[in-house]
Amino acid sequence: MSGSLTRRGMLLKLGIALNAVAGVMLAAPIVGYLLSPARRKRMREAMAWVELGELAAFPEGQTRMATFRNPQTRPWDGQTADIPCWVRRLQGAEFQVFAVNCAHLGCPVRWFPQSSLFLCPCHGGAYYADGSRASGPPPRGLFHYDFKVENDRLFIRAGMMPTLGNVLTAGAAKPEGTPCG
Amino acid sequence: MRLIRATLDWLDARLKVGAAIRDTAAHPVPRRSASWWYVFGSGALTLFVLQVVTGICLALVYVPSAGEAFRSLGVLNDEQPLGWFLRAMHGWGSNFMVAMVLIHMIQVFLFGAYKFPRELTWMVGVVLLVVTLGMAFTGQVLRWDQDAYWGLGIVASIVGRIPLVGGQLVQVVLGGPIIAGETLTRFFALHVFVIPGLLIALVGVHLLMVLKLGINEYPMPGRIVNRDTYEAEYEEMVHRDGVPFVPVAFQKDLVFAGILIVAVMCCAAVFGPFGPGGAPDPTIIQTVPRPDYFFLWIFSVAALMPPSIESFVLLVGPAVAILGLLLMPLWAGVGEKSWRRRPVGVLVVLFAVLGWGVLTHLGRTAPWSPVMDAWSAEPVPARDLEGRSAVVRQGALVFQLKQCRNCHALGDTGGRRGPALDDVATRLTKDQLFRQVLQGGGNMPAYGTNLSPAETTALVTFLETLHPSNELPARDASQPTPTAK
Repeated sequence: MSGSLTRRGMLLKLGIALNAVAGVMLAAPIVGYLLSPARRKRMREAMAWVELGELAAFPEGQTRMATFRNPQTRPWDGQTADIPCWVRRLQGAEFQVFAVNCAHLGCPVRWFPQSSLFLCPCHGGAYYADGSRASGPPPRGLFHYDFKVENDRLFIRAGMMPTLGNVLTAGAAKPEGTPCG
Repeated sequence: MRLIRATLDWLDARLKVGAAIRDTAAHPVPRRSASWWYVFGSGALTLFVLQVVTGICLALVYVPSAGEAFRSLGVLNDEQPLGWFLRAMHGWGSNFMVAMVLIHMIQVFLFGAYKFPRELTWMVGVVLLVVTLGMAFTGQVLRWDQDAYWGLGIVASIVGRIPLVGGQLVQVVLGGPIIAGETLTRFFALHVFVIPGLLIALVGVHLLMVLKLGINEYPMPGRIVNRDTYEAEYEEMVHRDGVPFVPVAFQKDLVFAGILIVAVMCCAAVFGPFGPGGAPDPTIIQTVPRPDYFFLWIFSVAALMPPSIESFVLLVGPAVAILGLLLMPLWAGVGEKSWRRRPVGVLVVLFAVLGWGVLTHLGRTAPWSPVMDAWSAEPVPARDLEGRSAVVRQGALVFQLKQCRNCHALGDTGGRRGPALDDVATRLTKDQLFRQVLQGGGNMPAYGTNLSPAETTALVTFLETLHPSNELPARDASQPTPTAK
């Protein structure tokens, strides 16, 4: 009698242990699957050089919008993978390329050439022509893209929505107002 | 009739739920609790069931693909017979449900229903509120228009502020490095599987507890909740002076449910579906993103907070608020139930409702946002131009062309980001005007590098003329008074 009870107790314990192991084995791939967008390798690979066009499209001393197809896309992304940015050509191969996303909460800033300001429609953040913060709630200047000029064409390193947690450029946040490159 | 009876008996002989249903229907509730004040919870449940029905209908046509969702909403609105009506029902049902959950919460709070032994019922209710708001936000994302796109941008930007792991968490929330296909499918899965599942389970627990613990009695001033005696007193009360739940209390729930359904249908038929707004194309930046009304107050808070505390408030604030609501019944679980004897509780509700209302109103008008087209659209008031010199008029031109008007109103039109300038000359002297224009400050950008000396002079000359005719312009007290003519 006591023997059978022990066996029954054993089987129950074995069942619980087996399911605990199975649960952990099941949870690992599910959690890994869910968190896969945050893998450092995938985040590194998201960034790539994309072309914005010929230099002639960006007159010196002006700031113009350019758009590019995000380097990493899914076939069903549609228009959402078309990303805009602001290109400011100082002179020659000297550029500043800003993300449109306001450093405050990511809304798209608009360039006003008359007053040389970027203004945000959401909470009224304002930035000077060089991307540095002018006024309003943004905690820093606009986010910069790294850029390079090859064969008279402008390239930027892009692929990720900039936030205060991902400032786009390889290094830390650049000091406000410093032209990049 | 006899056949129906026989069928029901046949079913119950196998299901064995008839007795439980009869007991539930007949269970006594306090006479005064069969009140119109007690219909909001069942109202919220009614609206949830309505959301499930209309939501399933929408899912038959909606395509959860970043490239196609917007077009499928267009098909629902314009081509699918009655698609517009079901979208409108779902959208209005969502607004009604959020409102109903909040009203239910306020009623329950004012009636002290969260006190012993119903603390856990309240806590589950708080989670239900959070989950309902989760449904509302994810639903707004599925509308996949410009507001949805930039709303996700705001969420990503808030998540990106979390120290250390923010950058990686943004990727998890968006399902990738940008707002695109996998973002929509993520929020689709949340909206139609994860959160509704959670909602159904929690509503089940919430209702079970209401049945097991009994509906809260109508609070009477002076009737104090005591942990040792309450349950016995409640039992005694419902047996001495109780009424059966069906039909006495249930009939009011039933009438209210009918009113709600008709109200949602009327709103849907009269006002139609919500959006979708502009296409979710991030290259179209001529947009003014705004959240749906129940999140407008957060939008306002984000605009009005000092930047130095913003990350902290955005990240810690919601957690503190939810934790506070969850723990409230543990802190105030006994004592007076009636709002007549709980002035602090009543004040908290008034303060919360007023604060919410004011912030929502501000969110609708958004005075902190520049009016992007004021410089080209609004005329300078004639009174500021008539009979003025060329340099003043030149200054008015600079004022418009340099987009000062986008943030500063003249004659009640223009932006309200900065102060209206109709009487600026009474506040600032000429030197102060120069300094303010050139160096900015007080939340105004500096225009020193962007104005030629001639433009600056013209602008300041114009601003100096802006004062009421019966009020003198400000003057520098250190300078000698100009002699009267």
